[in-house]
Amino acid sequence: MSLISSLKIFSPSSLNTTQNALSVVSSRANSWWSHVEMGPPDPILGVTEAFKRDTNPKKMNLGVGAYRDDSGKPFILPAVKMAEAEIAKKNMDKEYSPISGSPEFCKATINLALGEDNEWTKNGLNATVQGISGTGSLRIGTAFLSAFFPGGKDLYMPTPTWGNHVPLAKHAGLGVKQYRYYDPKTCGFDFHGALQDIAKIPERSMILLHACAHNPTGVDPKPEQWAEMSKVIKEKKLFPFFDMAYQGFASGDIDKDAAPVRMFLKDGHQIALSQSYAKNMGLYGERAGAFSLICSSKEEAAATMSQLKIIIRPMYSNPPVTGARIATEILTNPSLRSQWLKDVKGMADRIISMRQLLRSNLAKEGSSRDWAHITDQIGMFCFTGMTPPQVEKLTKDFSVYLTKDGRISVAGITSKNVEYLAHAIHQVTK
Amino acid sequence: KFASVESAPPIEVFALNKAYVEDTFPQKVNLGVGAYRTDEGKPWVLPVVRHMEQKLAADETLNKEYLPVLGYEPLASAATRMLLGSDSASLKEGRATGIQCLSGTGALRVGAEFLAHIGKHSIVYSSNPTWGNHSLVFLNAGFTSYRSYRYWDAAKKALDFDGLMEDLRNAPENSVIILHACAHNPTGVDPTQDQWRQIADLIEERRLFPFFDSAYQGFASGDLDRDAWAVRYFDSRGFEMVCAQSFAKNFGLYNERVGNLTFVAKDRSVIEPVRSQITLLVRANYSNPPNHGARIVGTVLNDPVLTEQWKSHIKTMADRIISMRLGLRERLEKLETPGTWNHITDQIGMFSFTGLGPLAVDKLIADHHIYLLKGGRINMCGLNTGNIDYVAKCIHEVVTTTQEASL
Repeated sequence: MSLISSLKIFSPSSLNTTQNALSVVSSRANSWWSHVEMGPPDPILGVTEAFKRDTNPKKMNLGVGAYRDDSGKPFILPAVKMAEAEIAKKNMDKEYSPISGSPEFCKATINLALGEDNEWTKNGLNATVQGISGTGSLRIGTAFLSAFFPGGKDLYMPTPTWGNHVPLAKHAGLGVKQYRYYDPKTCGFDFHGALQDIAKIPERSMILLHACAHNPTGVDPKPEQWAEMSKVIKEKKLFPFFDMAYQGFASGDIDKDAAPVRMFLKDGHQIALSQSYAKNMGLYGERAGAFSLICSSKEEAAATMSQLKIIIRPMYSNPPVTGARIATEILTNPSLRSQWLKDVKGMADRIISMRQLLRSNLAKEGSSRDWAHITDQIGMFCFTGMTPPQVEKLTKDFSVYLTKDGRISVAGITSKNVEYLAHAIHQVTK
Repeated sequence: KFASVESAPPIEVFALNKAYVEDTFPQKVNLGVGAYRTDEGKPWVLPVVRHMEQKLAADETLNKEYLPVLGYEPLASAATRMLLGSDSASLKEGRATGIQCLSGTGALRVGAEFLAHIGKHSIVYSSNPTWGNHSLVFLNAGFTSYRSYRYWDAAKKALDFDGLMEDLRNAPENSVIILHACAHNPTGVDPTQDQWRQIADLIEERRLFPFFDSAYQGFASGDLDRDAWAVRYFDSRGFEMVCAQSFAKNFGLYNERVGNLTFVAKDRSVIEPVRSQITLLVRANYSNPPNHGARIVGTVLNDPVLTEQWKSHIKTMADRIISMRLGLRERLEKLETPGTWNHITDQIGMFSFTGLGPLAVDKLIADHHIYLLKGGRINMCGLNTGNIDYVAKCIHEVVTTTQEASL
């Protein structure tokens, strides 16, 4: 930063200015923070910023990882509105939540993941705490594992993974390693590569798994592939940490989406699990989520709970209630729950139909490329397979905004713009 | 896998609350957890908060989208302005900035992480005694040494100013010093303005870094400006500093986790780099803060009419506490309870360090079902016209029947 250029030429009339400029120089020198550098710009935010500046009426923002309805607007779930009305009637207080969140919320949340009548909750084997949505729950989990995991302190992650997994884990004190996951040649799951890499992971290491709707690729293992992975993971004595941010949102079926988690438990793994209500209840900014550890005994679960609270207290003392109250109301009120299941299926169905429309429109455009992955992949995101130069062209020539890795948020597609998108993609990839 | 995880000791204030809740004694009194209670002993959702919630619920233009990483800007800027005052030079010169955080704890944590990771500070001081969570926040944030400066003079039941000054004088350069902006927790004892001036001189001379913890602005005296005096004084002296602000007590929004971290820099050019680094820290911790409470506070603080309404609520709360202080002192003096009791009205804010020793505290809990922390801290909000006679009587009883050094 050039401070010299801010100094004016000395003259009686500019004395004051010079003195001000000089004090700028000295104040920077006296500052505790003059050495602080600008952090790297957030790539996804950058996409949205550029999108906002674009004046093209046909512009599309396919960067944002938030659901949009068919008019491209944020969607407040009917079940959420109903829950809020119910909660308002109750005139609840604003007293501190327990450190771990309300027991009702925690129970409803783990039961959503494992099934209402699951044997683990019934036997008190879970230690479940509310977290600040998915990120906060991962943060609690990684902090716990960093302090208490008895094996190696590296967390093995799929390649690629959600951008925030790496800094978050490192911040918690864990090392970060990779296992193969996405096959760019097929735009699908590199099953054999994954198994090979997993088999090489040192025993008693931790492995991060996306339960459903893998972010950023949208590529999920098939059930029989999950079964294989479970086997290898068990053989290698690895500890599975599931990140489930899209239960219900992926296929529209909460049980189907949670199947890998339930499978692993049935197979005898002890797991860690992070859950988020950001997408499946549209509660993004209310930050509702949970972290769970499934333990081998009630006593272990109790001890674990006490340690989790010790981790939470110096972070923010206790969690925000509004989002959690909405989630609890929805899950424990039968008519709200069935409304929610409809709402979440509606969102999933719209995304699935946009995938289908995009693929069929690409065919209509005359594209000779194989776009099967668009409908094979699942959830909010699609790894299109476009290269950075193609992405750049898509943005420059057609005002379609997405991240460099070719990832699009299907939520940004509507029945009104899908044809335009197909046309644009075809133009840059033909 | 986690068979070796040992059960952690229960956190005192929550364990105390649990014990109170489980007690079936009809005249039990909870003087533990720090939350406001009405004279009926009930939690109080501020009318302006209820009004805002109805307004927000009816507003069709609102949604639940993510807030920016650094929070809801109308809240952050209004909170910073509320703290520093609209006359603040640093504010006018663009050298001050606010970041929405998860209430006071979250603001302390973000500030502490920034100072440790980016500022490279490693030593932190807080008062002895202080809020139980200070040390945990800072040590978990990356500080390597947590130390105390003397604060409470048990014999005089007042500020140990000489001890404080001596300990700060001996603090190594670059040490971060946690200062309670007002209504010191747990003692209720605040430095005088003259003492603050001397503390500022010393911090400047010894090149220490001031970190204010402001959890009670408005709630202490009933006057927002008065309670911000110390922070504003440091600001006017040109200090670089941070201040963690909580809206838990003064807005009664305990469980919505609304807070703000104010940064004051010497030079406006460091503000953007600082914000960008904090963005990375927040992203790795919780991505972005919760929306609901922020909208309530942010809207009220930016609306003059709502702000006035809110100020009247604060005054209601502060006045009730002050009247309980007066009432307790009067009763103890009337009962001629051994010791001096003026400290109860000299002290300010939610808490009072009674000076009761551990044996007396144990007796109060076990024999009289009056719940307070081991160190003798009582929450004045737990007192009301319905129980103040009983509490005074029991304090008198335990003081006269307990053999303890202090008092």
